Amino acid sequence: MQNAIHIEELSKSFKRKRVIKPLSVQIESQKIYGLLGPSGCGKTTLIKMIVGMMKPDAGGITVLGKRVPDASLLSEIGYMAQSDALYTELTGRQNLEFFAKLYGMSKSERKIRIDYAAEIVQLSNDLDVSVFAYSGGMKRRLSLAIALIQNPKILILDEPTVGIDPLLKQSIWKELERLKAEEGKTILITTHVMDEAERCDKIGMLREGEIVAIGTPMEIKAQYHAASLDEVFVKIGGGH
Amino acid sequence: MRTLALIKRIIQQLRKDKRTLALLFAAPLLVLTLMYFIFDSETSDLKLVVTGSNPLVNGVLEESDFDLTLKDKYSKEKMMEEEVDGWLHIQEGEMHLTLLNAQPQRAKAMQIMLAQSFNGNDVKQSMKADFVYGDADTNSFDVFSPMLVGFFVFFFVFLIAGIALLKERTSGTLERLLATPIKRHEIVGGYLLGYGLFALIQTVIVVLYAVKVLDIVLVGSIWLVLLTNILVAFVALSLGTLLSSFASSEFQMVQFIPLVIVPQVFFTGIFPLDGMADWLVQIGRIMPLYYASDALNGVMYKGYEINDIAMDLFVLFLFAIIFIALNIISLKKYRAF
Repeated sequence: MQNAIHIEELSKSFKRKRVIKPLSVQIESQKIYGLLGPSGCGKTTLIKMIVGMMKPDAGGITVLGKRVPDASLLSEIGYMAQSDALYTELTGRQNLEFFAKLYGMSKSERKIRIDYAAEIVQLSNDLDVSVFAYSGGMKRRLSLAIALIQNPKILILDEPTVGIDPLLKQSIWKELERLKAEEGKTILITTHVMDEAERCDKIGMLREGEIVAIGTPMEIKAQYHAASLDEVFVKIGGGH
Repeated sequence: MRTLALIKRIIQQLRKDKRTLALLFAAPLLVLTLMYFIFDSETSDLKLVVTGSNPLVNGVLEESDFDLTLKDKYSKEKMMEEEVDGWLHIQEGEMHLTLLNAQPQRAKAMQIMLAQSFNGNDVKQSMKADFVYGDADTNSFDVFSPMLVGFFVFFFVFLIAGIALLKERTSGTLERLLATPIKRHEIVGGYLLGYGLFALIQTVIVVLYAVKVLDIVLVGSIWLVLLTNILVAFVALSLGTLLSSFASSEFQMVQFIPLVIVPQVFFTGIFPLDGMADWLVQIGRIMPLYYASDALNGVMYKGYEINDIAMDLFVLFLFAIIFIALNIISLKKYRAF
Protein backbone atom coordinates (compact mmCIF):
# COMPACT_ATOMS: atom_id res chain seq x y z
CA MET A 1 0.00 0.00 0.00
CA GLN A 2 1.13 3.53 -0.78
CA ASN A 3 2.50 5.66 2.02
CA ALA A 4 0.58 8.82 2.82
CA ILE A 5 3.40 10.33 4.81
CA HIS A 6 7.01 9.55 4.23
CA ILE A 7 9.59 10.94 6.64
CA GLU A 8 13.26 10.54 6.01
CA GLU A 9 16.22 11.33 8.23
CA LEU A 10 14.37 14.23 9.79
CA SER A 11 16.05 16.24 12.54
CA LYS A 12 15.33 19.42 14.44
CA SER A 13 17.09 21.32 17.22
CA PHE A 14 16.02 24.24 19.36
CA LYS A 15 18.93 26.29 20.61
CA ARG A 16 21.28 23.51 21.64
CA LYS A 17 18.69 20.89 22.45
CA ARG A 18 18.11 18.19 19.86
CA VAL A 19 14.36 17.67 19.83
CA ILE A 20 14.16 15.30 16.88
CA LYS A 21 17.10 13.01 16.25
CA PRO A 22 17.44 11.82 12.67
CA LEU A 23 14.20 9.91 12.31
CA SER A 24 12.51 8.00 9.50
CA VAL A 25 8.88 6.87 9.52
CA GLN A 26 6.43 5.69 6.89
CA ILE A 27 2.75 6.24 7.51
CA GLU A 28 0.51 4.08 5.35
CA SER A 29 -2.60 5.39 3.66
CA GLN A 30 -5.97 4.63 5.17
CA LYS A 31 -4.59 3.63 8.53
CA ILE A 32 -4.77 5.10 11.98
CA TYR A 33 -1.23 5.74 13.08
CA GLY A 34 -0.60 6.49 16.76
CA LEU A 35 2.38 8.46 17.92
CA LEU A 36 3.05 7.61 21.54
CA GLY A 37 5.45 8.99 24.00
CA PRO A 38 5.86 10.95 27.21
CA SER A 39 5.45 14.73 27.29
CA GLY A 40 8.38 16.51 25.73
CA CYS A 41 9.45 13.60 23.54
CA GLY A 42 9.02 15.64 20.37
CA LYS A 43 5.56 14.55 19.21
CA THR A 44 4.23 18.03 18.66
CA THR A 45 7.45 19.19 16.98
CA LEU A 46 7.27 16.26 14.59
CA ILE A 47 3.64 17.00 13.79
CA LYS A 48 4.28 20.68 13.16
CA MET A 49 6.98 19.77 10.69
CA ILE A 50 4.63 17.40 8.88
CA VAL A 51 1.95 20.08 8.62
CA GLY A 52 4.61 22.46 7.30
CA MET A 53 4.48 25.03 10.07
CA MET A 54 8.01 24.36 11.19
CA LYS A 55 11.11 23.91 9.11
CA PRO A 56 13.28 20.85 9.80
CA ASP A 57 17.05 21.30 10.16
CA ALA A 58 17.75 18.35 7.92
CA GLY A 59 15.91 15.55 6.16
CA GLY A 60 12.67 15.64 4.28
CA ILE A 61 8.96 14.94 4.52
CA THR A 62 6.77 13.85 1.64
CA VAL A 63 3.00 13.96 2.05
CA LEU A 64 0.78 12.43 -0.66
CA GLY A 65 3.75 12.44 -2.98
CA LYS A 66 4.48 16.13 -2.50
CA ARG A 67 7.43 17.47 -0.65
CA VAL A 68 6.64 19.61 2.41
CA PRO A 69 6.27 22.57 2.44
CA ASP A 70 3.72 22.80 -0.34
CA ALA A 71 0.81 25.21 -0.27
CA SER A 72 -1.53 22.76 -1.99
CA LEU A 73 -1.00 20.22 0.80
CA LEU A 74 -2.60 22.46 3.40
CA SER A 75 -6.05 21.70 2.02
CA GLU A 76 -5.33 17.97 2.25
CA ILE A 77 -4.34 18.04 5.92
CA GLY A 78 -6.84 18.57 8.69
CA TYR A 79 -4.87 19.71 11.69
CA MET A 80 -5.94 19.86 15.28
CA ALA A 81 -3.44 21.53 17.56
CA GLN A 82 -2.77 20.53 21.11
CA SER A 83 -4.03 23.84 22.47
CA ASP A 84 -7.47 24.96 21.38
CA ALA A 85 -6.83 27.61 18.80
CA LEU A 86 -10.28 29.15 18.78
CA TYR A 87 -11.68 32.66 18.62
CA THR A 88 -13.49 32.80 21.92
CA GLU A 89 -15.44 35.97 21.10
CA LEU A 90 -17.08 34.20 18.19
CA THR A 91 -19.70 31.48 18.25
CA GLY A 92 -18.89 27.93 17.27
CA ARG A 93 -20.58 28.47 13.92
CA GLN A 94 -18.64 31.66 13.24
CA ASN A 95 -15.40 29.82 13.98
CA LEU A 96 -16.32 27.04 11.59
CA GLU A 97 -17.50 29.54 8.96
CA PHE A 98 -14.22 31.42 9.18
CA PHE A 99 -12.05 28.36 8.66
CA ALA A 100 -14.35 27.01 5.95
CA LYS A 101 -13.92 30.26 4.05
CA LEU A 102 -10.15 30.02 4.36
CA TYR A 103 -10.39 26.72 2.51
CA GLY A 104 -12.29 28.51 -0.22
CA MET A 105 -15.60 26.68 0.17
CA SER A 106 -18.76 27.98 -1.43
CA LYS A 107 -21.71 28.98 0.69
CA SER A 108 -23.69 25.79 0.10
CA GLU A 109 -20.59 23.65 0.65
CA ARG A 110 -19.91 25.44 3.89
CA LYS A 111 -23.41 24.76 5.18
CA ILE A 112 -23.14 21.05 4.47
CA ARG A 113 -19.65 20.69 5.94
CA ILE A 114 -20.45 22.74 9.05
CA ASP A 115 -23.57 20.68 9.76
CA TYR A 116 -21.60 17.48 9.16
CA ALA A 117 -18.61 18.42 11.33
CA ALA A 118 -20.79 19.72 14.15
CA GLU A 119 -22.86 16.54 14.04
CA ILE A 120 -19.78 14.34 14.45
CA VAL A 121 -18.54 16.15 17.52
CA GLN A 122 -22.11 16.55 18.83
CA LEU A 123 -22.04 20.31 18.94
CA SER A 124 -25.00 20.96 16.65
CA ASN A 125 -27.11 22.40 19.45
CA ASP A 126 -24.38 24.66 20.80
CA LEU A 127 -23.17 26.16 17.54
CA ASP A 128 -24.68 29.57 18.13
CA VAL A 129 -23.21 30.02 21.58
CA SER A 130 -20.01 32.02 22.07
CA VAL A 131 -16.98 29.78 22.46
CA PHE A 132 -16.24 31.84 25.56
CA ALA A 133 -19.04 29.92 27.29
CA TYR A 134 -17.86 26.47 26.10
CA SER A 135 -16.45 23.87 28.48
CA GLY A 136 -12.97 22.48 27.94
CA GLY A 137 -14.37 19.38 26.26
CA MET A 138 -16.60 21.41 23.96
CA LYS A 139 -13.63 23.49 22.84
CA ARG A 140 -11.72 20.30 22.08
CA ARG A 141 -14.66 19.04 20.04
CA LEU A 142 -14.93 22.30 18.13
CA SER A 143 -11.20 22.10 17.34
CA LEU A 144 -11.77 18.61 15.97
CA ALA A 145 -14.71 19.83 13.91
CA ILE A 146 -12.46 22.55 12.41
CA ALA A 147 -9.91 19.87 11.49
CA LEU A 148 -12.64 18.01 9.62
CA ILE A 149 -14.20 21.03 7.95
CA GLN A 150 -12.47 20.87 4.57
CA ASN A 151 -12.85 17.10 4.20
CA PRO A 152 -9.09 16.47 4.13
CA LYS A 153 -7.45 13.23 3.04
CA ILE A 154 -5.19 13.24 6.08
CA LEU A 155 -6.12 14.07 9.65
CA ILE A 156 -3.35 15.04 12.03
CA LEU A 157 -4.65 15.26 15.55
CA ASP A 158 -2.48 16.32 18.45
CA GLU A 159 -3.96 14.75 21.59
CA PRO A 160 -7.53 15.13 20.40
CA THR A 161 -9.35 13.50 23.27
CA VAL A 162 -7.84 15.33 26.23
CA GLY A 163 -10.64 16.60 28.43
CA ILE A 164 -13.36 14.72 26.60
CA ASP A 165 -15.58 12.39 28.61
CA PRO A 166 -15.34 8.62 27.98
CA LEU A 167 -18.70 8.39 26.26
CA LEU A 168 -17.89 11.06 23.70
CA LYS A 169 -14.39 9.65 23.33
CA GLN A 170 -15.95 6.36 22.27
CA SER A 171 -18.12 8.05 19.69
CA ILE A 172 -15.21 10.09 18.33
CA TRP A 173 -13.10 6.96 17.95
CA LYS A 174 -15.95 5.21 16.21
CA GLU A 175 -16.15 8.12 13.83
CA LEU A 176 -12.38 8.10 13.23
CA GLU A 177 -12.59 4.41 12.41
CA ARG A 178 -15.50 5.03 10.10
CA LEU A 179 -13.62 7.88 8.36
CA LYS A 180 -10.75 5.51 7.80
CA ALA A 181 -12.84 2.60 6.59
CA GLU A 182 -15.52 4.35 4.54
CA GLU A 183 -13.83 7.53 3.40
CA GLY A 184 -10.30 6.20 3.14
CA LYS A 185 -8.74 8.79 5.38
CA THR A 186 -5.29 8.53 6.88
CA ILE A 187 -5.19 9.54 10.49
CA LEU A 188 -2.12 10.45 12.50
CA ILE A 189 -2.84 10.87 16.16
CA THR A 190 -0.68 11.60 19.19
CA THR A 191 -1.68 10.36 22.56
CA HIS A 192 -0.40 9.11 25.85
CA VAL A 193 -3.58 7.31 26.70
CA MET A 194 -2.93 3.60 26.22
CA ASP A 195 -6.49 2.44 25.58
CA GLU A 196 -6.49 4.78 22.59
CA ALA A 197 -3.15 3.48 21.41
CA GLU A 198 -4.64 -0.03 21.41
CA ARG A 199 -7.14 1.08 18.78
CA CYS A 200 -4.48 2.33 16.36
CA ASP A 201 -3.51 0.15 13.40
CA LYS A 202 0.08 0.94 13.96
CA ILE A 203 1.98 2.82 16.61
CA GLY A 204 5.33 4.48 16.82
CA MET A 205 6.83 5.00 20.23
CA LEU A 206 8.77 8.18 20.50
CA ARG A 207 11.30 8.91 23.21
CA GLU A 208 13.65 11.88 23.29
CA GLY A 209 13.21 12.51 19.61
CA GLU A 210 13.78 8.94 18.51
CA ILE A 211 11.42 6.21 17.40
CA VAL A 212 12.21 3.39 19.79
CA ALA A 213 9.55 0.94 18.72
CA ILE A 214 7.28 0.61 15.75
CA GLY A 215 4.55 -1.87 14.82
CA THR A 216 1.00 -2.92 15.58
CA PRO A 217 0.04 -2.80 19.26
CA MET A 218 0.28 -6.63 19.31
CA GLU A 219 3.75 -6.67 17.82
CA ILE A 220 5.06 -4.08 20.23
CA LYS A 221 3.66 -5.87 23.25
CA ALA A 222 5.26 -9.08 22.06
CA GLN A 223 8.56 -7.34 21.39
CA TYR A 224 8.70 -6.03 24.95
CA HIS A 225 7.19 -9.14 26.55
CA ALA A 226 4.53 -6.97 28.07
CA ALA A 227 0.87 -7.68 28.80
CA SER A 228 -0.22 -4.13 28.02
CA LEU A 229 1.01 -1.02 26.29
CA ASP A 230 1.19 0.65 29.67
CA GLU A 231 3.88 -1.79 30.60
CA VAL A 232 5.74 -1.11 27.36
CA PHE A 233 5.48 2.58 28.06
CA VAL A 234 6.99 2.16 31.51
CA LYS A 235 9.74 -0.10 30.19
CA ILE A 236 10.68 2.35 27.48
CA GLY A 237 10.35 5.32 29.78
CA GLY A 238 12.64 3.67 32.31
CA GLY A 239 15.22 3.32 29.64
CA HIS A 240 15.38 -0.48 30.11
CA MET B 1 -11.85 35.88 -0.50
CA ARG B 2 -9.66 34.65 2.35
CA THR B 3 -8.77 38.22 3.21
CA LEU B 4 -12.48 39.02 3.26
CA ALA B 5 -13.08 36.11 5.63
CA LEU B 6 -10.43 37.53 7.93
CA ILE B 7 -11.91 41.03 7.76
CA LYS B 8 -15.36 39.69 8.59
CA ARG B 9 -13.97 37.75 11.53
CA ILE B 10 -12.21 40.82 12.91
CA ILE B 11 -15.43 42.82 12.67
CA GLN B 12 -17.37 40.06 14.44
CA GLN B 13 -14.75 39.90 17.19
CA LEU B 14 -14.53 43.64 17.77
CA ARG B 15 -18.29 44.08 17.77
CA LYS B 16 -18.45 41.75 20.74
CA ASP B 17 -15.61 43.55 22.52
CA LYS B 18 -17.51 46.64 23.58
CA ARG B 19 -14.79 47.89 25.87
CA THR B 20 -12.13 47.91 23.23
CA LEU B 21 -14.51 49.74 20.94
CA ALA B 22 -15.15 52.29 23.67
CA LEU B 23 -11.41 52.74 24.14
CA LEU B 24 -10.95 53.16 20.43
CA PHE B 25 -13.75 55.63 19.88
CA ALA B 26 -14.48 57.40 23.15
CA ALA B 27 -11.13 57.59 24.95
CA PRO B 28 -9.49 59.95 22.44
CA LEU B 29 -12.47 62.30 22.68
CA LEU B 30 -12.33 62.27 26.47
CA VAL B 31 -8.62 63.08 26.63
CA LEU B 32 -8.87 65.64 23.87
CA THR B 33 -11.73 67.40 25.63
CA LEU B 34 -9.83 67.42 28.90
CA MET B 35 -6.74 68.91 27.27
CA TYR B 36 -8.88 71.42 25.46
CA PHE B 37 -10.32 72.74 28.70
CA ILE B 38 -7.00 72.69 30.52
CA PHE B 39 -5.29 74.76 27.84
CA ASP B 40 -8.22 76.80 26.70
CA SER B 41 -9.83 77.71 30.00
CA GLU B 42 -8.31 81.19 30.05
CA THR B 43 -8.96 82.28 26.54
CA SER B 44 -12.48 83.40 27.23
CA ASP B 45 -13.44 87.07 27.18
CA LEU B 46 -10.58 88.35 25.12
CA LYS B 47 -10.31 92.08 25.60
CA LEU B 48 -9.80 94.00 22.39
CA VAL B 49 -9.40 97.73 22.02
CA VAL B 50 -9.90 99.23 18.57
CA THR B 51 -8.73 102.66 17.49
CA GLY B 52 -9.31 104.48 14.23
CA SER B 53 -11.99 102.06 13.22
CA ASN B 54 -14.65 102.27 10.55
CA PRO B 55 -18.19 100.88 10.60
CA LEU B 56 -17.31 97.96 8.34
CA VAL B 57 -14.63 96.64 10.69
CA ASN B 58 -16.79 97.33 13.71
CA GLY B 59 -19.58 95.31 12.17
CA VAL B 60 -17.28 92.36 11.67
CA LEU B 61 -15.78 92.57 15.15
CA GLU B 62 -19.12 92.87 16.88
CA GLU B 63 -20.15 89.54 15.42
CA SER B 64 -17.13 87.89 17.10
CA ASP B 65 -16.82 86.99 20.73
CA PHE B 66 -14.47 89.81 21.72
CA ASP B 67 -14.89 91.98 24.75
CA LEU B 68 -14.78 94.99 22.46
CA THR B 69 -13.99 98.61 23.34
CA LEU B 70 -13.74 101.48 20.83
CA LYS B 71 -11.31 104.26 21.68
CA ASP B 72 -9.84 107.28 19.93
CA LYS B 73 -6.38 106.93 21.34
CA TYR B 74 -4.54 104.08 23.02
CA SER B 75 -1.02 103.01 24.01
CA LYS B 76 1.05 99.99 25.03
CA GLU B 77 1.40 101.39 28.53
CA LYS B 78 -2.36 101.48 28.87
CA MET B 79 -2.55 97.91 27.58
CA MET B 80 -0.26 96.71 30.33
CA GLU B 81 -2.09 98.74 32.92
CA GLU B 82 -5.54 97.55 31.95
CA GLU B 83 -4.41 94.06 30.92
CA VAL B 84 -6.03 94.34 27.55
CA ASP B 85 -5.21 91.39 25.33
CA GLY B 86 -5.08 93.17 22.02
CA TRP B 87 -5.10 96.60 20.49
CA LEU B 88 -6.11 96.95 16.91
CA HIS B 89 -5.13 100.21 15.27
CA ILE B 90 -6.51 101.01 11.86
CA GLN B 91 -4.95 103.68 9.73
CA GLU B 92 -5.64 104.25 6.05
CA GLY B 93 -6.87 100.69 5.51
CA GLU B 94 -3.81 99.16 7.22
CA MET B 95 -4.47 97.19 10.36
CA HIS B 96 -1.93 97.02 13.09
CA LEU B 97 -2.39 94.60 15.93
CA THR B 98 -0.56 94.83 19.20
CA LEU B 99 -0.79 91.83 21.44
CA LEU B 100 -0.15 91.81 25.15
CA ASN B 101 1.01 88.17 25.00
CA ALA B 102 1.22 87.78 28.76
CA GLN B 103 -0.27 84.38 28.16
CA PRO B 104 0.71 83.07 24.76
CA GLN B 105 -2.49 81.12 24.34
CA ARG B 106 -4.57 84.28 24.74
CA ALA B 107 -2.49 86.09 22.17
CA LYS B 108 -2.78 83.18 19.77
CA ALA B 109 -6.49 82.94 20.37
CA MET B 110 -6.85 86.62 19.63
CA GLN B 111 -4.95 86.32 16.38
CA ILE B 112 -6.90 83.30 15.30
CA MET B 113 -10.23 84.85 16.18
CA LEU B 114 -9.31 87.99 14.31
CA ALA B 115 -8.17 86.02 11.32
CA GLN B 116 -11.39 83.99 11.39
CA SER B 117 -13.49 87.14 11.73
CA PHE B 118 -11.95 88.81 8.73
CA ASN B 119 -11.74 85.65 6.67
CA GLY B 120 -14.29 85.79 3.91
CA ASN B 121 -15.12 89.43 4.55
CA ASP B 122 -14.54 92.42 2.35
CA VAL B 123 -12.11 93.89 4.82
CA LYS B 124 -8.65 93.81 3.32
CA GLN B 125 -6.55 91.53 5.42
CA SER B 126 -3.19 93.15 5.76
CA MET B 127 -2.58 92.90 9.44
CA LYS B 128 0.75 93.47 11.10
CA ALA B 129 1.18 92.02 14.56
CA ASP B 130 3.30 93.40 17.32
CA PHE B 131 3.86 91.83 20.71
CA VAL B 132 4.13 93.49 24.05
CA TYR B 133 5.55 90.33 25.63
CA GLY B 134 7.34 87.50 23.85
CA ASP B 135 6.98 86.99 20.12
CA ALA B 136 4.89 85.22 17.56
CA ASP B 137 6.70 81.91 18.03
CA THR B 138 5.30 81.33 21.47
CA ASN B 139 3.53 77.97 21.65
CA SER B 140 0.01 77.16 22.73
CA PHE B 141 -2.72 74.60 22.47
CA ASP B 142 -3.77 75.77 19.07
CA VAL B 143 -0.38 74.93 17.68
CA PHE B 144 -0.18 71.44 19.05
CA SER B 145 -3.83 70.48 19.07
CA PRO B 146 -3.55 69.27 15.45
CA MET B 147 -0.73 67.00 16.55
CA LEU B 148 -2.86 65.70 19.41
CA VAL B 149 -5.44 64.52 16.91
CA GLY B 150 -2.74 62.60 15.04
CA PHE B 151 -1.24 61.30 18.25
CA PHE B 152 -4.47 59.80 19.53
CA VAL B 153 -5.14 58.09 16.26
CA PHE B 154 -1.61 56.68 16.31
CA PHE B 155 -1.61 55.64 19.94
CA PHE B 156 -4.93 53.81 20.11
CA VAL B 157 -4.64 52.10 16.78
CA PHE B 158 -1.09 50.98 17.58
CA LEU B 159 -2.13 49.49 20.89
CA ILE B 160 -5.31 47.77 19.81
CA ALA B 161 -4.00 46.29 16.56
CA GLY B 162 -0.76 45.19 18.25
CA ILE B 163 -2.55 43.45 21.07
CA ALA B 164 -5.06 41.84 18.72
CA LEU B 165 -2.35 40.16 16.67
CA LEU B 166 -0.44 39.31 19.82
CA LYS B 167 -3.50 37.54 21.17
CA GLU B 168 -3.71 35.64 17.94
CA ARG B 169 -0.10 34.53 18.43
CA THR B 170 -0.38 33.57 22.08
CA SER B 171 -3.71 31.75 21.75
CA GLY B 172 -2.29 29.60 18.96
CA THR B 173 -4.87 30.75 16.43
CA LEU B 174 -2.20 32.35 14.26
CA GLU B 175 -0.44 29.02 14.06
CA ARG B 176 -3.73 27.32 13.30
CA LEU B 177 -4.39 29.93 10.65
CA LEU B 178 -1.07 29.13 9.05
CA ALA B 179 -2.07 25.48 8.81
CA THR B 180 -4.74 26.59 6.32
CA PRO B 181 -4.01 27.65 2.75
CA ILE B 182 -4.12 31.36 3.67
CA LYS B 183 -1.06 33.23 2.45
CA ARG B 184 1.04 35.45 4.66
CA HIS B 185 0.18 38.58 2.73
CA GLU B 186 -3.52 37.71 3.00
CA ILE B 187 -3.22 37.65 6.78
CA VAL B 188 -1.45 41.00 6.87
CA GLY B 189 -3.90 42.43 4.35
CA GLY B 190 -6.88 41.15 6.34
CA TYR B 191 -5.55 42.71 9.49
CA LEU B 192 -4.79 46.00 7.81
CA LEU B 193 -8.21 46.29 6.23
CA GLY B 194 -10.17 44.82 9.15
CA TYR B 195 -8.63 47.02 11.78
CA GLY B 196 -8.14 49.77 9.23
CA LEU B 197 -11.92 50.00 9.00
CA PHE B 198 -12.19 50.66 12.72
CA ALA B 199 -9.22 53.03 12.58
CA LEU B 200 -11.01 54.90 9.83
CA ILE B 201 -14.17 55.26 11.92
CA GLN B 202 -12.06 56.39 14.86
CA THR B 203 -10.22 58.93 12.73
CA VAL B 204 -13.45 60.42 11.41
CA ILE B 205 -14.94 60.64 14.90
CA VAL B 206 -11.82 62.21 16.43
CA VAL B 207 -11.35 64.73 13.63
CA LEU B 208 -15.01 65.75 13.49
CA TYR B 209 -15.15 66.06 17.26
CA ALA B 210 -11.98 68.12 17.42
CA VAL B 211 -13.10 70.46 14.67
CA LYS B 212 -16.86 70.69 15.14
CA VAL B 213 -17.29 70.27 18.88
CA LEU B 214 -14.05 71.49 20.42
CA ASP B 215 -13.67 74.08 17.68
CA ILE B 216 -9.99 73.38 17.28
CA VAL B 217 -8.69 75.74 14.67
CA LEU B 218 -8.93 74.36 11.15
CA VAL B 219 -7.75 76.72 8.45
CA GLY B 220 -7.11 74.11 5.75
CA SER B 221 -9.28 71.36 4.33
CA ILE B 222 -10.86 68.76 6.61
CA TRP B 223 -10.35 66.16 3.85
CA LEU B 224 -6.60 66.68 4.05
CA VAL B 225 -6.77 66.21 7.81
CA LEU B 226 -8.69 62.96 7.31
CA LEU B 227 -6.28 61.76 4.63
CA THR B 228 -3.28 62.45 6.84
CA ASN B 229 -4.87 60.70 9.79
CA ILE B 230 -5.80 57.68 7.72
CA LEU B 231 -2.16 57.35 6.72
CA VAL B 232 -1.19 57.76 10.37
CA ALA B 233 -3.62 54.99 11.28
CA PHE B 234 -2.09 52.64 8.72
CA VAL B 235 1.43 53.36 9.97
CA ALA B 236 0.31 52.75 13.55
CA LEU B 237 -1.54 49.60 12.55
CA SER B 238 1.38 48.07 10.69
CA LEU B 239 3.92 49.13 13.32
CA GLY B 240 1.73 47.76 16.11
CA THR B 241 1.27 44.37 14.49
CA LEU B 242 4.98 44.26 13.62
CA LEU B 243 6.13 45.02 17.16
CA SER B 244 3.66 42.53 18.58
CA SER B 245 5.88 39.79 17.17
CA PHE B 246 8.57 40.94 19.58
CA ALA B 247 6.26 40.75 22.57
CA SER B 248 5.18 37.58 24.28
CA SER B 249 2.40 39.03 26.40
CA GLU B 250 0.03 41.98 26.56
CA PHE B 251 2.20 43.40 29.31
CA GLN B 252 5.24 43.35 27.06
CA MET B 253 3.20 45.08 24.37
CA VAL B 254 2.38 47.88 26.79
CA GLN B 255 6.11 48.18 27.50
CA PHE B 256 6.54 49.45 23.97
CA ILE B 257 4.64 52.61 24.85
CA PRO B 258 7.54 54.37 26.63
CA LEU B 259 9.90 53.07 23.97
CA VAL B 260 7.99 53.75 20.81
CA ILE B 261 5.20 56.20 21.57
CA VAL B 262 6.55 58.62 24.18
CA PRO B 263 9.78 59.61 22.35
CA GLN B 264 7.74 60.42 19.28
CA VAL B 265 5.71 62.95 21.24
CA PHE B 266 8.88 64.99 21.81
CA PHE B 267 9.26 65.53 18.11
CA THR B 268 5.72 66.53 17.33
CA GLY B 269 6.04 70.22 17.99
CA ILE B 270 5.02 70.45 21.64
CA PHE B 271 8.63 71.29 22.23
CA PRO B 272 10.07 73.64 19.63
CA LEU B 273 12.35 71.82 17.21
CA ASP B 274 14.31 74.96 16.36
CA GLY B 275 16.28 74.93 19.57
CA MET B 276 17.20 71.26 19.36
CA ALA B 277 20.65 69.97 18.55
CA ASP B 278 21.04 68.79 14.97
CA TRP B 279 21.53 65.15 15.87
CA LEU B 280 18.35 65.30 17.92
CA VAL B 281 16.38 66.68 15.02
CA GLN B 282 17.77 63.89 12.85
CA ILE B 283 16.39 61.36 15.33
CA GLY B 284 13.02 63.01 14.97
CA ARG B 285 13.16 62.38 11.25
CA ILE B 286 12.90 58.63 11.71
CA MET B 287 9.66 58.98 13.64
CA PRO B 288 6.33 58.77 11.84
CA LEU B 289 4.63 61.21 14.20
CA TYR B 290 7.13 63.91 13.27
CA TYR B 291 5.78 63.89 9.72
CA ALA B 292 2.20 63.44 10.84
CA SER B 293 2.40 66.48 13.12
CA ASP B 294 4.11 68.53 10.49
CA ALA B 295 1.35 67.77 8.01
CA LEU B 296 -1.52 68.17 10.48
CA ASN B 297 -0.13 71.37 11.91
CA GLY B 298 0.39 72.69 8.41
CA VAL B 299 -3.16 71.97 7.32
CA MET B 300 -5.06 72.81 10.48
CA TYR B 301 -3.07 75.78 11.74
CA LYS B 302 -1.34 77.24 8.74
CA GLY B 303 -3.85 76.35 6.07
CA TYR B 304 -1.44 74.35 3.90
CA GLU B 305 -2.64 72.78 0.68
CA ILE B 306 -1.93 69.23 -0.42
CA ASN B 307 1.19 70.33 -2.30
CA ASP B 308 2.68 71.75 0.87
CA ILE B 309 2.32 68.49 2.78
CA ALA B 310 2.89 66.06 -0.09
CA MET B 311 6.35 65.19 1.20
CA ASP B 312 5.02 64.40 4.69
CA LEU B 313 2.26 62.24 3.26
CA PHE B 314 4.74 60.44 1.04
CA VAL B 315 7.04 59.65 3.96
CA LEU B 316 4.08 58.36 6.00
CA PHE B 317 3.03 56.20 3.07
CA LEU B 318 6.58 54.86 2.84
CA PHE B 319 6.60 54.04 6.55
CA ALA B 320 3.36 52.08 6.13
CA ILE B 321 4.71 50.16 3.11
CA ILE B 322 7.93 49.26 4.92
CA PHE B 323 6.13 48.12 8.06
CA ILE B 324 3.64 46.08 6.03
CA ALA B 325 6.48 44.37 4.16
CA LEU B 326 8.25 43.63 7.45
CA ASN B 327 5.00 42.20 8.80
CA ILE B 328 4.79 39.76 5.92
CA ILE B 329 8.44 38.81 6.38
CA SER B 330 8.09 38.37 10.13
CA LEU B 331 5.36 35.75 9.61
CA LYS B 332 7.98 33.71 7.80
CA LYS B 333 9.21 32.27 11.05
CA TYR B 334 5.98 30.31 11.14
CA ARG B 335 5.76 29.31 7.54
CA ALA B 336 7.72 29.67 4.35
CA PHE B 337 4.87 30.79 2.06
